[in-house]
Amino acid sequence: MIFRTFEKQELKKLFDILAAHNRIIGPVETGRDRKGQPVYAFADVPEYNDIRLDYSITKLPAKRFFLPFKEDLSTFKIENGDWRKEISYNVERPLIFFGLHPCDINALNKLDKVLLHSVYPMPYYAAKRKNMFIVGMDCVPQPYCFCRSMGSDTALHGFDMFITDLGSRYFVEILTDTAYNFLKNIKTGEPEEVDHIQYMKVVAKRNNEFTTQVDTTDLTKILDMEFQAEVWKYWGDKCLACGTCSNVCPTCYCYGVDETVDIDLKGARKTKMLHSCNLIDFAAVAGGHNFRPERHSRLKYRYYHKHRGFVEAFEESLCVGCGRCGESCLANITVPEVIDSVRGNWRNK
Amino acid sequence: MNPELKFTDVAAQPYAPQKRRDDLESFEYTFRAEITSIYPLTEMETLYRIQIVDPEERRRFTFTPGQFLMLEMPGIGEAPFSISSSPSIHGEVELCIRKVGNLTNFLPRVKRGTHVGIRGPFGTGFPVEEMHGQSVLLIAGGLGLVPLRSPIEYVMENRSHFRDVNIIYGTKTPAQLLFTYQYEIWRKDDIDLEIIVEKQDKSWKGPSGLITDPLEDILSGRDDEYYHNTYAIVCGPPVMFKFVCNMLNEFHIPMQKMFVSLERRMHCGMGKCCRCNVGSTYTCLTGPVFDYWTVMNLKEAI
Repeated sequence: MIFRTFEKQELKKLFDILAAHNRIIGPVETGRDRKGQPVYAFADVPEYNDIRLDYSITKLPAKRFFLPFKEDLSTFKIENGDWRKEISYNVERPLIFFGLHPCDINALNKLDKVLLHSVYPMPYYAAKRKNMFIVGMDCVPQPYCFCRSMGSDTALHGFDMFITDLGSRYFVEILTDTAYNFLKNIKTGEPEEVDHIQYMKVVAKRNNEFTTQVDTTDLTKILDMEFQAEVWKYWGDKCLACGTCSNVCPTCYCYGVDETVDIDLKGARKTKMLHSCNLIDFAAVAGGHNFRPERHSRLKYRYYHKHRGFVEAFEESLCVGCGRCGESCLANITVPEVIDSVRGNWRNK
Repeated sequence: MNPELKFTDVAAQPYAPQKRRDDLESFEYTFRAEITSIYPLTEMETLYRIQIVDPEERRRFTFTPGQFLMLEMPGIGEAPFSISSSPSIHGEVELCIRKVGNLTNFLPRVKRGTHVGIRGPFGTGFPVEEMHGQSVLLIAGGLGLVPLRSPIEYVMENRSHFRDVNIIYGTKTPAQLLFTYQYEIWRKDDIDLEIIVEKQDKSWKGPSGLITDPLEDILSGRDDEYYHNTYAIVCGPPVMFKFVCNMLNEFHIPMQKMFVSLERRMHCGMGKCCRCNVGSTYTCLTGPVFDYWTVMNLKEAI
């Protein structure tokens, strides 16, 4: 791994040079919530002044750029009683993601495992993923973050370069030659011993700032043992089955496919839409049978997929601990509390 | 250095012949196929014969009994169906389809010669070659005969490789019996066929009761030599295979030699959409055919 440092004003230069030739997506402030706190979103960043690299977390993850909520898998031309299928992977140009936090980078790494590196890789995702340039950025732990418990508090790969704020200057890890070449456009230096010491200090300080923990020891087995446990009913009764948790989740990729005929009857399309396992029709089959008709069985399935099934398949959980689902949940259901209760700790209940 | 990123066109990358399972292009590729025959079986079910149009693709399209495919009617929908025909015929399949959803209620309106799309085959099949030299019990309830017909065809075509072959088939009413025109052919091929209905009507001359009744009769007349050298394939509603497999287990037929086929509504067939997950297992990748031991370890399968 190659490291560099650069002065703070150089970051704007780097941004401007990249922005002149590329489309940049980054955190911007879109408004204030009722407590007066800023609300952030990943969006096109027209100018450096618009980017908020000090952002806490965005309400929605960046997934709409590589896993759109709705996209056509194929279109059909219908002529003379016959049809012709046309396939587009729905991507035209590369995107630069400026300022992704480790949790969101790790979310991409997890999605890669199932969507790129397992059987039947998904071309719609692959085409977008191969056209991403990622500038990672360190973060300040928030009260709802439990990424450290999920092993997602640092990103080891999945980015092109990763910037850490040392206070007086920036420290950058470089993973790809593209990033290395981009950095030739600004003034950088070799890190010195003092930078290494400062880096370790910054990291140690951040590590102490995590407040929420989740005990994942033996969780796959515990989820199996507690499959019939009463706690699921408790959470199921609270759950509104609205699917918000999946909407804001950086790793939820489940979807449904629908076909429609165009209004002029000359075409048709096959559309993929992200779905949520908490929605009532997720496991419904033709004829009306529903394999998970109760809210608690669907909520349980979501935990089962993320914390057991994915672990079984890929040796890691499908949760990065960003805490978005808990923050957005209208019924105040949070992952740390649910897992805690399944483990038999009914604190504050 | 030029600060402009280069666009990588995944769709235009040179095609290297690989396995279908690793090929990006195969994800949304549909074989163009023609409905060559439409044969009504009952009031609700129709048998469609579907043939891939391109001769080269037809030659390459093979499957194992128990696998499924995705049938697409552009603009109407796409859904998974078990293949009901012999695996020795390449590029042509028979699908027995019940009118039950968007796509299947539209299908009765299409005519012979219509072009549809098919993707697949997907999923696991029954290990019919492993079963050589053994006896086979094929047990179907209701629509379960649809996936079972493919291994039945295989067994008939390779009858000399099997010892005793028993088919037990049960439905709610006599009017729901599928493939009635084939029963005599099966029997003439030294296959023991027992048919039972739950509710008999005036036309019905055969026995009535539960599917476990004839199964118990068959099993109780046998010895350990039979139980140790028998495979069972069970297709039907989950509640049925629970009772059937429990009975098979009582007679010491190993759970790894009992195979069931699970039905779920796949949207992709390739382990991506998660709609067919049982517990956290993809029915489309690790199934739809599972041995009963695996099913016992799946949450909410039965």
